[in-house]
Amino acid sequence: MKIDWAALGSVFGVSLVATVALVGLFSLGIVGLTKQEAAEARGGSAVLARTGAYACFALCAAAVAYGIYLIVA
Amino acid sequence: MEHITLLLAIVVVTALVFDFTNGFHDTANAMATTISTGALKPKTAVAMSAVLNLVGAFLSVEVAKTISGGIINEEGIRTEVIFAALVGAILWNLLTWLLGLPSSSSHALFGGLIGAAVMSAGWSAVNGSTIVTKVLIPAVAAPIVAGLAAAAATKLTYRIKANPEAKATAKGYRAGQIASAGLVSLAHGTNDAQKTMGIITLALVTQGVVAPGSNPPLWVIVSAGMAIALGTYLGGWRIIRTMGKGLTDLQPQQGFAAQTSAATVILASSHLGFSLSTTQSCSGAVMGAGLGRKGGVVRWSTATRMFVAWGLTLPAAGLVGAGAEFLTKQGTWGIVLVAVLLVGGSAVIWALSRRQPVDQHNVTADDLDAPAEAPGVVTTAIAAVTPPPAAGSVAAVADEGLKSTIPTPGPTDPAAPPAPAAAV
Repeated sequence: MKIDWAALGSVFGVSLVATVALVGLFSLGIVGLTKQEAAEARGGSAVLARTGAYACFALCAAAVAYGIYLIVA
Repeated sequence: MEHITLLLAIVVVTALVFDFTNGFHDTANAMATTISTGALKPKTAVAMSAVLNLVGAFLSVEVAKTISGGIINEEGIRTEVIFAALVGAILWNLLTWLLGLPSSSSHALFGGLIGAAVMSAGWSAVNGSTIVTKVLIPAVAAPIVAGLAAAAATKLTYRIKANPEAKATAKGYRAGQIASAGLVSLAHGTNDAQKTMGIITLALVTQGVVAPGSNPPLWVIVSAGMAIALGTYLGGWRIIRTMGKGLTDLQPQQGFAAQTSAATVILASSHLGFSLSTTQSCSGAVMGAGLGRKGGVVRWSTATRMFVAWGLTLPAAGLVGAGAEFLTKQGTWGIVLVAVLLVGGSAVIWALSRRQPVDQHNVTADDLDAPAEAPGVVTTAIAAVTPPPAAGSVAAVADEGLKSTIPTPGPTDPAAPPAPAAAV
């Protein structure tokens, strides 16, 4: 019986890093949006926060697209 | 198609029934957290999952060449063995559904195949070391990997601390959960519908209807996709409730972390050459998300029942499969008897489930023993007497009525129909 520990280890590492990175990015994006929302409420606008938020969401969207690619391919 | 014998017809129908139970058993994997955190209304969630399962069934170009991945020796396998295996898998799926326990449909199928193959050809038909490397180790590793990833991600998202009152927060986590749940549904359709197509194709090959090594005929692809989508749409509400509510109480952030972890583990594992079980990954991710929040709890009594069900899946489905194969060996009357027992057993389980029905109305109720109609009636009554602008107070009253323990940020409780409408 041969157990492919290396493959299991890489699954573990990749899953951990990818999950934490994605959730972290997404949470940062949400924080950016709430900043923007708060600024709007005060009548201003937070361009940096909004741009950063969209950048975060774009990266998440790219990850989803890669996921779909993996399923289809 | 004039070559299709009665036995073959029975096997095809049974395989589609298995596909159907697979669908409603595994809806929870994709949609339990989405439903329990209120990101989607229950019916919307299962409808979305069903569509993605159907799409997934058509996506993959890879033909399921083996149905058991080398666990049993499939050369010269008899059609009766496939039938007996399916009977074992279906009955175990229905029983775990009755108890509301998430367990792997693939493991149920493997168990049935192992039992039936051993009864048919002896222990040499089974490849023991493959069972360990392809079933046992993935089943143990999956919840650990997914759980740790979900726990770490949950910790991080609470540390980043988005203002929970802000509209953008609720909307954002909603969208995130929907996206990751969609990925899980799509992956499920691709994998599990393939499995049924593989079974039907194998049965067609053993009966000489199609040539060995050929692709599944179109009607097989269409019917397998339809069966799994229909099962998903009907929704295994009992399992959804256990996974979304029973194991732990989930806030939207946790639901998002859990679902993302599950999707990542499923995709990463199947593409790095060490496939981990979907059901185990999703349950583990939910528990990890529960542990990752400060003050979060995992209900270990429910978790233990689930672990026991995981452990019993192979042997129990195997025993039923072996028993069924013993009967089908006796000749035509045996096959008929097994078919009758399958229908009878399913009917009994269904009848038992009606005693305490769980459906889209009470799937997120906090009191796990509440009758089906109660929350719906309560919230509609409240909705009828409360003016809509007070969305927050509606949810608050509804929460009180439901004895909610989750501080929902106002309008995300799907059991209170008017609230989400007021929020958007």
